[in-house]
Amino acid sequence: MSINATLIIQIITFVLLIWFVNKVLWGPMSKLMEDRQKRIADGLSAAEKGKHELELAEQRAKDVLKDAKVQAQNVLSQAEKRSTEIVEDAKVKAAEEAERIKAAAQADVEQEISRAREQLRKEVAALVVSGAEKILNKEVDAKAHNEMLDTLVKQI
Amino acid sequence: MSSENLGSVEYIQHHLQNNYVGSGFWTFHLDTIVVSALLGALMIGVGMYVGRRLETGVPGGLQNFIESILEFVDKTVKDSFPFRNPIIAPLALTIFVWVWLMNFMDLIPVDLFPYLFTIVTNNPDAYLKIVPTTDLNATLAMALVVFALVIYYNVKFKGVVGYLKVFLFHPFGKFFIPVNIVMTFIEELAKPLSLALRLFGNLFAGELVFLLIALIGGTLAVGAAALFWAPLQAVLGLGWAIFHILIITLQAFIFMVLTIVYLAMAHDEGH
Repeated sequence: MSINATLIIQIITFVLLIWFVNKVLWGPMSKLMEDRQKRIADGLSAAEKGKHELELAEQRAKDVLKDAKVQAQNVLSQAEKRSTEIVEDAKVKAAEEAERIKAAAQADVEQEISRAREQLRKEVAALVVSGAEKILNKEVDAKAHNEMLDTLVKQI
Repeated sequence: MSSENLGSVEYIQHHLQNNYVGSGFWTFHLDTIVVSALLGALMIGVGMYVGRRLETGVPGGLQNFIESILEFVDKTVKDSFPFRNPIIAPLALTIFVWVWLMNFMDLIPVDLFPYLFTIVTNNPDAYLKIVPTTDLNATLAMALVVFALVIYYNVKFKGVVGYLKVFLFHPFGKFFIPVNIVMTFIEELAKPLSLALRLFGNLFAGELVFLLIALIGGTLAVGAAALFWAPLQAVLGLGWAIFHILIITLQAFIFMVLTIVYLAMAHDEGH
């Protein structure tokens, strides 16, 4: 029970033990635990960040949706406008076409009329000549009376 | 057992005698040295075993257990040691675990190892005291190391002059220098002594109670009386052992906390 040299051995043991504990137990373990704490903190902050980003993304999605709606509205109204324009245009074009067709028909008719008139004139001239031949009982020289016939034809 | 051929005083004395070699100052308590070294080796062994398979993710059973001890010690250090010194926490951990393990030897039935030892050595009078903390040498050794650290950090942070000033002007100011010297001297000396004697005293007394309880069955039980005394011994032994779990933990904790507090005082420059 008295103090003796055991004390010295115990002191050496104790000091060595402190050194060993620091080396194999405390050092690696506390480093590991610090690392883990850091990882947990990182994970938590990452989760927080993720949540924040999700909120932002939701906000952005809402904005995009709103934009899209507005644009769709625009497109729709434009399309309506354009369709009415097209209809108007078609109407105008149709009217023009009708006018043109009408004009062409008229021209045709007039041409036909003039051609018929020409025909008629020729026939009348021939008729007049043959009629005059019969009346006079002699041949009329068409060439000699051409001038007179022409004026006659023009009067018809 | 030995109590059969010895009186109760001899029985107790026999159990409180270390196995030693040498004489005078150069006596070595082999049992104290070997048991404490083995327990230290156990700490290192477990530390290395766990250290080699450290798991950063979810820790397994043993690692979890050690981590909880580490965290407990770390928290205690942080609570009462406001400075930065990387040696304090491992020191506190060593003290807590080592002292606890040495104290735990007290819970092993008092006759078990001495009895086995007499068989192994084939010497019925072989001494063996397996609780190192009931040897004042073991507790004083730790206390002196702590004391050396206290003086070292006092000198380091206050300077030699600053530390001497504490002796001169503390606690009563400059008009009571002789009184101050005596008071501070006693105060400083009381630190290692109280550390060593508190642990030693508690464990020694605890061991003594275990021995007394062991005596109940050993010496009083003769014939039919054994029917009464043997169960009494068992009940008392169980009760004291359960209570002792608290004591050994508490003593290890107190040793650790006081070490931290003393070292914190040593670091305090304004003291």
